[in-house]
Amino acid sequence: MIHDAKMMADLAAEAPTRPTLIANVSRRAILGGLGAFVLAVNLRDTAKAETKAQEPAKFGADGMPHGWRDDPKIFVAIAADGRVTVTNHRSDMGQGVRTSVAFVVADELEADWSKVGVVQAWGDEERFGNQDTDGSRSLRHFFQHFRHAGAAAKLMLIQAAAKQWNVPASEVTAENHVLTHAKSKRTLGYGDVAAIAAELPVPARESVVLKDPKAFRYIGKGQIGIIDNRDITTGKAVYGLDTKREGMLYALVARPAVYGGKVVSFDDTETRKVPGVVKVFKIDGGEIPSEFMPLGGVAVVAKNTWAAMKGREALKIVWDDGPNAGYDTDAFRTELEKAARAPGKVVRNQGDVDGAMAKAKTKLTADYFVPHLVQAPMEPPAAVAQVKDGACEAWACTQGPQAAHDRLVKALGLPADKVRVNVTLLGGGFGRKSKPDYVVEAALCSREVGGAPVKLTWTREDDIHHGYYHTISAEHLEAGLDDKGMPVAWLHRSAAPTIGSIFAPDPKHELPFELGMGLVNTPFAVPNIRLENPEAAAHVRIGWFRSVSNIPHAFAIQSFVAELAHAAGRDAKDYLLDLIGPARKIDPTSIGDVWNHGEDPKLYPIDTGRLRRVIETAAGGAGWGRKLEKGRGLGIAGHYSFVTHTAVAAEVEVDPKGGVKVVAVDIAIDCGPQVNPERIRSQMEGAVVMGMGLALTSEITFKNGRAQQNNFDGYEIIRIDAAPKVIRVHLVNSGTWDGPLGGVGEPGVPPVAPAIANAVFAATGRRVRQLPIRDQLSA
Amino acid sequence: MIKLTVNGAPRSFDGDPDMPLLWYLRDELGLVGTKFGCGQSLCGACTIHLGGTATRSCTTPISAAADQEVTTIEGLSPDGNHPVQVAWRDLNVAQCGYCQCGQIMQAASLLKDTPKPTDAQIDEQMSGNICRCGTYPRIRAAIHQAAGQAPASKGERL
Repeated sequence: MIHDAKMMADLAAEAPTRPTLIANVSRRAILGGLGAFVLAVNLRDTAKAETKAQEPAKFGADGMPHGWRDDPKIFVAIAADGRVTVTNHRSDMGQGVRTSVAFVVADELEADWSKVGVVQAWGDEERFGNQDTDGSRSLRHFFQHFRHAGAAAKLMLIQAAAKQWNVPASEVTAENHVLTHAKSKRTLGYGDVAAIAAELPVPARESVVLKDPKAFRYIGKGQIGIIDNRDITTGKAVYGLDTKREGMLYALVARPAVYGGKVVSFDDTETRKVPGVVKVFKIDGGEIPSEFMPLGGVAVVAKNTWAAMKGREALKIVWDDGPNAGYDTDAFRTELEKAARAPGKVVRNQGDVDGAMAKAKTKLTADYFVPHLVQAPMEPPAAVAQVKDGACEAWACTQGPQAAHDRLVKALGLPADKVRVNVTLLGGGFGRKSKPDYVVEAALCSREVGGAPVKLTWTREDDIHHGYYHTISAEHLEAGLDDKGMPVAWLHRSAAPTIGSIFAPDPKHELPFELGMGLVNTPFAVPNIRLENPEAAAHVRIGWFRSVSNIPHAFAIQSFVAELAHAAGRDAKDYLLDLIGPARKIDPTSIGDVWNHGEDPKLYPIDTGRLRRVIETAAGGAGWGRKLEKGRGLGIAGHYSFVTHTAVAAEVEVDPKGGVKVVAVDIAIDCGPQVNPERIRSQMEGAVVMGMGLALTSEITFKNGRAQQNNFDGYEIIRIDAAPKVIRVHLVNSGTWDGPLGGVGEPGVPPVAPAIANAVFAATGRRVRQLPIRDQLSA
Repeated sequence: MIKLTVNGAPRSFDGDPDMPLLWYLRDELGLVGTKFGCGQSLCGACTIHLGGTATRSCTTPISAAADQEVTTIEGLSPDGNHPVQVAWRDLNVAQCGYCQCGQIMQAASLLKDTPKPTDAQIDEQMSGNICRCGTYPRIRAAIHQAAGQAPASKGERL
């Protein structure tokens, strides 16, 4: 299996000749004065980004901070009893990466799965390579590297056995944890030679032969249960909130209700009367943007969580609400929509939109709106930290242990090697836990109480009131149509506060990675296209939410396409396919996507053939075109994100009172080679449910700078009674090992909401242009 | 002094009688399989059995558990092989797994009262338990399987 070697060779060969100059120029042009955020997504600093701009572009894991490590000794350990322990350096928040990484190694190692376990790496990117678990890229970036680790370890075992037997290594085979010398009919267990193998030099990468995919036993098969299944189902699995340390105290923090607010004064008289309260102190929040650092406030440390809760409730705090005290999402929406209806910064321009629009037979315009959301993982942010004797150790449910480590170093003023972040299981993440503000809070509490370990818990109200919210966006679309109803001109303005606003004051425009999430890289066969990004200011912390800017972009674009199809009197699926046009491969940089999810545009072109195929597959699965009962409708949407193609066909039923029930969903995904098809299915099932939530019920609103929702009563997410009885997942292109991997964790989400909105239109003739749908149809 | 039984063991507590059972179990006894999700009986992550009935421990003061039998996920089955737990593993229900202890405790209670539940009964009894990962289709299937209404797929997974 050689696509990895070819990939590396291609990368090496292409790098110097790749047109980096063009890419960099356009990147600079798009960024304007925002050099600091070139890589906000990767959290690099300006200096590094500027230096990088002069170097050949790097992609995939190579392009991430600290890249990857090519050393099986870091990732594979074999004990004398043969027990294999795989070290997984990516956070598991439900995507199953601990399981997948372990069996990828086991497969190449020819290990017996019953003798394989996994341990979680602590945060140390110098040692383990990049650990920032977001962007749907754990297997995309590390599948080949973990294969190499397993294969290299196997080679070392073979060499060790050959040495023991004094035979050529080429005569020794490894199978199911047994080394065999067929000629002499001798066998050894892996554990028998593990110690000798460990002394051998790590074989050169080029000398390591990977398996033919036809011989895979675990990879691509889907028969392996979640490695933590027993712990999860018996209550033994340890999440961030479950960490126990000797002498541990428990803390909560009262934070400013408004982003940028500060404590003027506080009275803790009543708090100190609560039995069990140990310490009350002020945390300085610093200036906004707060990046990944704490918001500040007043911390209450106690002997148990309940005492900390009661103590916090009894605090009397005088706040200065600061510059965002007037934030009102109703008013802001009006402002955003106004911005989206006026010309903004051009981020892609092809042909002559104004000229074509003027000559078009008819014109269609529509505005779409998607509100703030909050990730609300079932385990709220939580961490335990101990700061003692000039060192800090933390245990946290974090997607970014290195980011947590670096912020602890900054907050505590400790040397980097005196800070260690251990990674627990994550009770969901969805982007929230890539920001380690809560880990820093835990450490500040421990330092304040003189070194006892402190568990810092966020309540659900904390999570909803002080989030890193999904952006809020107004999407304005215009199309000039020919006599067949097909667009000759396409104008899309997307106005939304950027994630860059947590890193620098008021950047106003979206970053390349946000624009590259289904805006600039939408591959429609339209001759004249202009995409604009009007200004939008941020008044809350904006953060990554599973699939990020793809959500508003896909909702607007895929809804608008269905509107155009209707206007043309055509079938929505056929029209969408015509708009995508014939199967072809598009260089993303040629249409203004300089980011391309951090991947090599040559390896990862936009492939409209694959996009067409997932749409056709979802439609086929749903029985597109069949006659439906009254009140029911089918809707479809396709989207390209995280270098993966997905499509959803949703069947909904709208009752006479306007209630929307999702009856069945067909979701098709082409993510390239499928390492763990069983977990891909589960990710798609989950993406459908999460997509339904943001389509139907979820929304965060602000008044006077304060989030108006408190808990799962006001912030409604899908429950089992609303979950469809039927979710059919179609794995397109399964069984192939050609080509690079795409993402899986996020790409299922974006097409869900527009498919539902389009189905609602098919059922009722009423077009939903804002999310969530809630009771919009009841009027 | 409040006396109660937790997973078969007698316990006593002389702290704040208003302390929710959840924090007593987690912070005082170290039984962290019972999870905190909302603190308001809105998500079901903290579900335990109180006197044999599914109960939200986050809003149940420990005083309400006086002289009663509390069962947590750790005590649901001596070997972790309650039919619901087995079905959960067989169907790989979990994603992040955080809510699943509460889901399992709720499902076990449901099956005790309604051994052969319909989809509608499952929806009704399980709709207080949120799963943000969206594992609901598998939760439904696993409950049916545990009820013996659907054959086990292929025994326990590897």
